[in-house]
Amino acid sequence: MSILPRTGAASGADVLIALRHVSKSYRRGGQIIPVVSDITFDIRRAEFLALMGPSGSGKSTLLNLIAGIDTPDGGSITMGGADITRLPEAELADWRAANVGFIFQFYNLMPVLTALENVELPLTLTRLGRRDRRERALLALDLVGLSDRVRHFPSELSGGQQQRVAIARAIVTDPTVLVADEPTGDLDRQSAEDVLAIMQRLNREMGKTIVMVTHDRRAAEHARSIMQLEKGELSQRVELPHD
Amino acid sequence: MMQFFKLVARNSLRNRLRSALTVAGIVAAILAFGLLQTIVEAWFAGVDGAVASRLITRNSISFSSPLPRAYEKRIREVDGVRDVTFVTWFGGIYKDAKNFFPQYAVDSASYFRMYPENVVPEDVLREFQHDRRGAIIGRKLANRFGLKPGDVVQLEGTIYPGPWEFVVKGIFDGRDPKIDTTQLFFRWDYLNETLRMRSKAQAEQVGVFVVDVADVNRVAEVSEAIDHTFRNSFAETRTETERAFQIGFMKQTESILISIRVVSFVVIFIILSVMANTMAMTARERLAEYATLKVLGFGPGYVASLILAESVVLALVGAAVAIWLTPLVAAQIAVLTKALFPTLVVSKDTVALQAVAALTVGVLSAVFPMWRASRVNIIEGLRAVG
Ligand SMILES: Nc1ncnc2c1ncn2[C@@H]1O[C@H](COP(=O)(O)OP(=O)(O)O)[C@@H](O)[C@H]1O
Ligand SMILES: [Mg+2]
Repeated sequence: MSILPRTGAASGADVLIALRHVSKSYRRGGQIIPVVSDITFDIRRAEFLALMGPSGSGKSTLLNLIAGIDTPDGGSITMGGADITRLPEAELADWRAANVGFIFQFYNLMPVLTALENVELPLTLTRLGRRDRRERALLALDLVGLSDRVRHFPSELSGGQQQRVAIARAIVTDPTVLVADEPTGDLDRQSAEDVLAIMQRLNREMGKTIVMVTHDRRAAEHARSIMQLEKGELSQRVELPHD
Repeated sequence: MMQFFKLVARNSLRNRLRSALTVAGIVAAILAFGLLQTIVEAWFAGVDGAVASRLITRNSISFSSPLPRAYEKRIREVDGVRDVTFVTWFGGIYKDAKNFFPQYAVDSASYFRMYPENVVPEDVLREFQHDRRGAIIGRKLANRFGLKPGDVVQLEGTIYPGPWEFVVKGIFDGRDPKIDTTQLFFRWDYLNETLRMRSKAQAEQVGVFVVDVADVNRVAEVSEAIDHTFRNSFAETRTETERAFQIGFMKQTESILISIRVVSFVVIFIILSVMANTMAMTARERLAEYATLKVLGFGPGYVASLILAESVVLALVGAAVAIWLTPLVAAQIAVLTKALFPTLVVSKDTVALQAVAALTVGVLSAVFPMWRASRVNIIEGLRAVG
């Protein structure tokens, strides 16, 4: 049995996350700045969606809302019928731990933990025993091709390798959705390709739902569909042809 | 849980120089605190060593006014009194004023019987009782001046002017390490006979009487009875427990002790502010990590505990070193200050106080950073990286 089971076959109509009239604004110096306004769209199960747009267009804000680390001012975001915008903070944290895997632009690994320990970290919030945790973390690291780097600390790894550790950490709990904010933004071309290839594989072979924010067209082309965010509004979804 | 302690342990070793300096600061502060505490306790050693059934009868006018020797007989007749002896403070100078140590004229028959904490070998006591010029000295005093039995000690009297010579008959030890062994005891009858010739007005008098009460529960009643006996007489008395007497005597130096106590707490306060600043700095640098932990689903309590544990670990490591060092440094101080502190023993209470002080510093230093880190907004915290 795989530790990372398929989350279900991709089907066009199978909605995983539904956003309805979502809006969010920030207050700065007494002024209210709307960042996203009245956004409505669905994220499908096993979709690999790239959110594109110029810098400052609100991509990260939207992703943070989807991932439950920020709450909207209006509208609803439901996953599996449950509205996450209604959850109190502690429950939202539990929800995140169970359902969302995070990949950041700057990896955000714990510098004092080894690759293996970093990947194990989210599992310490589960009921899994020590041996199971270790086994799972090793499998996840194997999946991103870092079996030979498990005892290395982040400072001993290249940017690309650190991002792969971060991916392993994101998938080790087998979350419902992976969110990635500019995952290749800090990487050279080759490392970026490696990281994107892994994400593609997670989506195609394991059916992982992925929402990736990027302003890089080349990165976006690894996804299955693209949406553009501009001035707080979302464009139509463009499906990418794949070989 | 393992992961938690791993994070704490490695985090505390992360900025080695900063951690080392913080720990060094704590060591210095807790050490200083412990030493000052020990000095204050040494000052009160006489009080702690006081025996509950012993009373001191002194002249009601002041500590330094004498009483007639003849009172002994009448005190002995008071109901409840088991034994009586008397002591006179001599206050002589040995070669140089800076060589200060206490000297007492005592009754050779009864004094050591009533002070079993000063352990005198039987043959020494016998020789003392056979030689009017004899003296018995404490172990520390003997070591300090290299004195041994047979040596002649010459003192220049201040209260009783003139040169005085005593022959060391032997050495006494303390029953336990807290007992003062820096004193010299010589015979009151020798003092008295000499005074009869040199200074008649000072003869036939003693400093205080020491009274042994048969039943500890009756000390108040017996004190009252003794003082009543001498009411309206030429020299009225004031009788109190040895402990009360010592405290009263100590009152004369109280302001110094209060200053020392205050300084010891100021030291703790200083290290608290230094360490609080360090912890705040450390936590600020790690805001992005705390935000990441929260993203992963760890609660604010977990993040706060990380900071608390790190702060407490640093404080306790420092405390452990300081507690280990305190008796060693105290011993050095005892050597350097010679007779000033007859005993500098670091008590269990002091060690406990040191540990509590360090723990308090560790916890209080963590409070503000804990509060900040546990409340850190995830979005803002993550921003701190880029
Ligand atoms: N915490 C915040 N406070 C104030 N303004 C913010 C905050 N977060 C984001 N913004 C503003 O919202 C807009 C969108 O930000 P963001 O979602 O990070 O854009 P993107 O990821 O597309 O570059 C920007 O103008 C940014 O300055
Ligand atoms: Mg962004």
